[in-house]
Amino acid sequence: HKITSSCKHEATLSSTNQKAACSRSPGTMPGPYRETDLTEKVEAFLSDLKRGGSGTGPLRGSAETARETTALLRRITAQVRWSSAGDLMEVIRKEGRRMSAAQPSETTVGNMIRRVLKIIREEYARSRGSSEEADQQESLHKLLTSGGLSEENFRQYFTALKANVIEAINELLTELEGTTDNIAMQALEHIHSNEVIMTIGRSRTVEAFLKDAARKRKFHVIVAECAPFCQGHEMATSLSKDGIETTVITDAAIFAVMSRVNKVIIGTQTVLANGGLRAVNGTHTLALAAKHHSTPLIVCAPMFKLSPQFPNEEDTFHKFVSPHEVLPFTEGEILSKVNVHCPVFDYVPPELITLFISNIGGHAPSYIYRLMSELYHPEDHEL
Amino acid sequence: MADDVTGSHVTIPHGQKSKTFKSTSEAVVVNTHTVFSVVKRLPEHIQVDDPDVLKKLAKKLERQQIPRRLDYGYKVSLFSHLLQYSRKAPLTQQLSIPSAVIHPAIVRLGLQYSQGIVAGSNARSIALLHAFKQVISDYTTPSNEELSRDLVNKLKPYISFLNQCRPLSASMGNAIKYIKKEISNIPSQFKEDDAKKKLLNCIECFIEEKIVLAAKAIAKSSIEKINDGDVILVYGCSSLVNHILCEAFEKGRKFRVIVVDSRPRLEGREALRRLVQKGISCTYVLISAVSYILPEVSKVFLGAHALLANGYVMSRVGTSQIALVAKAFNVPVLVCCETYKFCERVQTDSFVSNELDDPDDLIVTRKGETQLKDWQQVPRLGLLNLVYDVTPPDFVDLVITDLGMIPCTSVPVVLRVKNVDLL
Repeated sequence: HKITSSCKHEATLSSTNQKAACSRSPGTMPGPYRETDLTEKVEAFLSDLKRGGSGTGPLRGSAETARETTALLRRITAQVRWSSAGDLMEVIRKEGRRMSAAQPSETTVGNMIRRVLKIIREEYARSRGSSEEADQQESLHKLLTSGGLSEENFRQYFTALKANVIEAINELLTELEGTTDNIAMQALEHIHSNEVIMTIGRSRTVEAFLKDAARKRKFHVIVAECAPFCQGHEMATSLSKDGIETTVITDAAIFAVMSRVNKVIIGTQTVLANGGLRAVNGTHTLALAAKHHSTPLIVCAPMFKLSPQFPNEEDTFHKFVSPHEVLPFTEGEILSKVNVHCPVFDYVPPELITLFISNIGGHAPSYIYRLMSELYHPEDHEL
Repeated sequence: MADDVTGSHVTIPHGQKSKTFKSTSEAVVVNTHTVFSVVKRLPEHIQVDDPDVLKKLAKKLERQQIPRRLDYGYKVSLFSHLLQYSRKAPLTQQLSIPSAVIHPAIVRLGLQYSQGIVAGSNARSIALLHAFKQVISDYTTPSNEELSRDLVNKLKPYISFLNQCRPLSASMGNAIKYIKKEISNIPSQFKEDDAKKKLLNCIECFIEEKIVLAAKAIAKSSIEKINDGDVILVYGCSSLVNHILCEAFEKGRKFRVIVVDSRPRLEGREALRRLVQKGISCTYVLISAVSYILPEVSKVFLGAHALLANGYVMSRVGTSQIALVAKAFNVPVLVCCETYKFCERVQTDSFVSNELDDPDDLIVTRKGETQLKDWQQVPRLGLLNLVYDVTPPDFVDLVITDLGMIPCTSVPVVLRVKNVDLL
C-alpha cells in the first residue's frame, strides 16, 4: 500500500509536468528541465534508501544519510516554487513522508525533515518579528491566560524567507559534518588508562571515539561480534590496526567476561523519545549484564539520531531480515518445519543507560525529552 | 596415602612426592566419619603461566611417553593461565602408530575428543567408560604384580593422554574416580577373569544407574513442570534436556520449543534436528535475539556440565546470559543435571578455570569477505573462544536431579550424602 501511494505521486507529477507550461500553481515542482533533475535526485535517494536496509548495516552510515537528506531538502527549498512558509512546509512534509516510507527503520531521514520544518517555523517567526519564546511550547498556564490559541497558518509572504531558510539549512549541514569529531573530542574525559572497554557490533561513532582516546592513553577493548552479520570483526580489525589492544568474543561470552570490564561504550541506531534505544540486537543483553555488574553503559549518539518516537508500537518497532543468515538453506530437511527469526534491532530501556554522549555534550537519559523539545516542534512529530 | 578425594583431574605421579605445587591448603584429615577433605592440588591445565608447573608436566609426560600438545596462537592476557589448542594439530600426529604405550581405543577416543566429534558431558563420559571397558578386557596382569595396583598404574598414562587431547570434564573426573576406587577394592584373591568380569559389570552399572536411569528419573520429575500450552526455551544441545522434551511430547503434553543457538559451535542445530524429528514444533534464533523472543517464553530449561559446591552452575558459554535475561523478564529457569556431575570445586567467575577452544573457529566468511583471515599477523588482535561459563545461583530457580528437585544451594548437601555413601 505504500508502493502504490508513491506511484500515485508519480502520476500526479507527470500530469503536472504536462500542465506546467500553461499554469503554475504554488507548491508544485518547477519547470521541465529543473523538475526532472530534482525528481531524479529524489528518486535516486529513495531507491538507495530502499536498497540499503538489508540489515547488514546500511550501505551508508547514518551521518551520511542525514547529510544527504538535508542536502536534498535544501535543494527542494531552492528549486520548488513556493510563496509562503506554509507551502514550503507542505512540500517538505509530502516529500518527507515518501522518504520515511522508503525505509521506515532509517529514522535519521525523518529526524532531518523535522529539523528543517522547525527551521522554517523559526525563520518565519523571526521574519514576522515575534520573539521565538512566545511560540514555544504552550505551558498550561499560558493556555489558560492566552484565551485560545492564535491560528498560525504561515501564509504571510516574506522576501528574505527563502534566503534565511537556506542559510539555516547550511548551518545545519555544517553542524552535521562536525558531529563525529565533536563526540570524539570528548573521549579523553571518559576513558582513563588501563581500562577494559566493551563494545558490540560496529559503530563509526564509537570507532572514532576510541581511536581518539587511543592517541593519548593505553587501554584494552573487547568487541562482541554480533552474529549473524559479525560486524564486530570489522570493528576489531580497524581498532587493532590503530594500535588498540583488541579482543573479539562471541555473543555468548558477553556475561562471562563482563566482570572484568570497566565501561561499556556502544553506538545506537536511534535514540527514542523516552531515553531508550533502538540498537543492534544483542545490546539489551549487554545492557543487562552491565547493570548486573554495575558497569556504566555509555551511548555515543549524535543529535540527529534523536527521534520523537516512543517504543510502544509493537509491530513497527522491529525489523527482520532473511532468516537464511541464521539457518542457512543447507539445513534443508528441517527448514520447512521450523520458524526462524532474525531481528535486527533491540529495545534498551532508559533505566539501563548511564550516559549519552552527543555532539553537544553529555546528558543523562532523563534529559532526552528536553533536548527533543528543543529540536523538534510538537506538531511535526507526526509527519 | 594422599589420594584424590576431590574431583581434581590430575593423578599423582607414580613414585613421586608432590613438591612445590601451589596448593591452597595442606590439611588432609580424612576421617571416615567426617568428610573434611581439603586436598586441593590445582590441576595443571589452569597453571599454564607458571614455568615450574609446565616443566614438571613435561617431565611427567616424557616419562609416560606421551607427546605434549603445544599452545596455539595469541592468547588473550586475561587467560594466559589456560591452554589454547588448535584443532588442526591433533596430538595423534606426534604418536607412532601402533603406539606401544597407549591402547588404540584410547588413541581413537583422544582424537574424537580433540576434533569435537564426541562432545557433551554425557557423551564424553559414556565414550570414556566404553573405552575403559575395552582396555580392561584386553588387560593381562603381568607376573609379580597385583591387578588392583597395576591396572590403576596402567590407566594413568591414558588419562594424561586424554587430558592432553582435551581437558577432562567434571563428569569424566568423577567416573575415573569411581573406576579407580573399584579397581583398588578388588580383593587380591580374585582370579584375573573374575576380577575383569566384576570390573566390567561395575562400569555397566555405573552407566546404567548414573546416566540412563538418572535421565529417566529426571524426565519423570520434569514432566510435572511442563504444562499444556507452554513455550519452552532451550539453549544449545543438552542430551538430558532433549530427552526430557521428547518424553514429555510422547506423554502427550502440548508445548512448543524455542531453540537458542550461538556461534561458533552452533550446537543448537543438532538439538533442532532431534526435536523436529520427533514432531515438536520449534523456533530457532541466535543468542543475540534472546531479548526479542523472551516475552513469548514461559519456562527455560538448561543443561549443565557440572554443578559446583557453592551453587554455581558450570555450563556451555552463553547459559549464564540466558539465565540473566530470563531473570530480567521474570521467566523461571530450571537446570537439569544428574548427580554424578556434582563437583567439589568452587568457582565464582568464568576466568580462573575454563577451557579455550580453537580461536580460528571465530573466523567467518560472509559475502566472500573474511575479515579476520590474517588475525595472527595483526599484532594487537586476539580472538577468544570460551567453552564454559558459570551461572550464579540467584539466576537459577530450580535444579532437577535424579534425587529430586533441589535449589542450587543444596549441592554441598548432596555431595556430603554421596561421599558418606562412597566411604
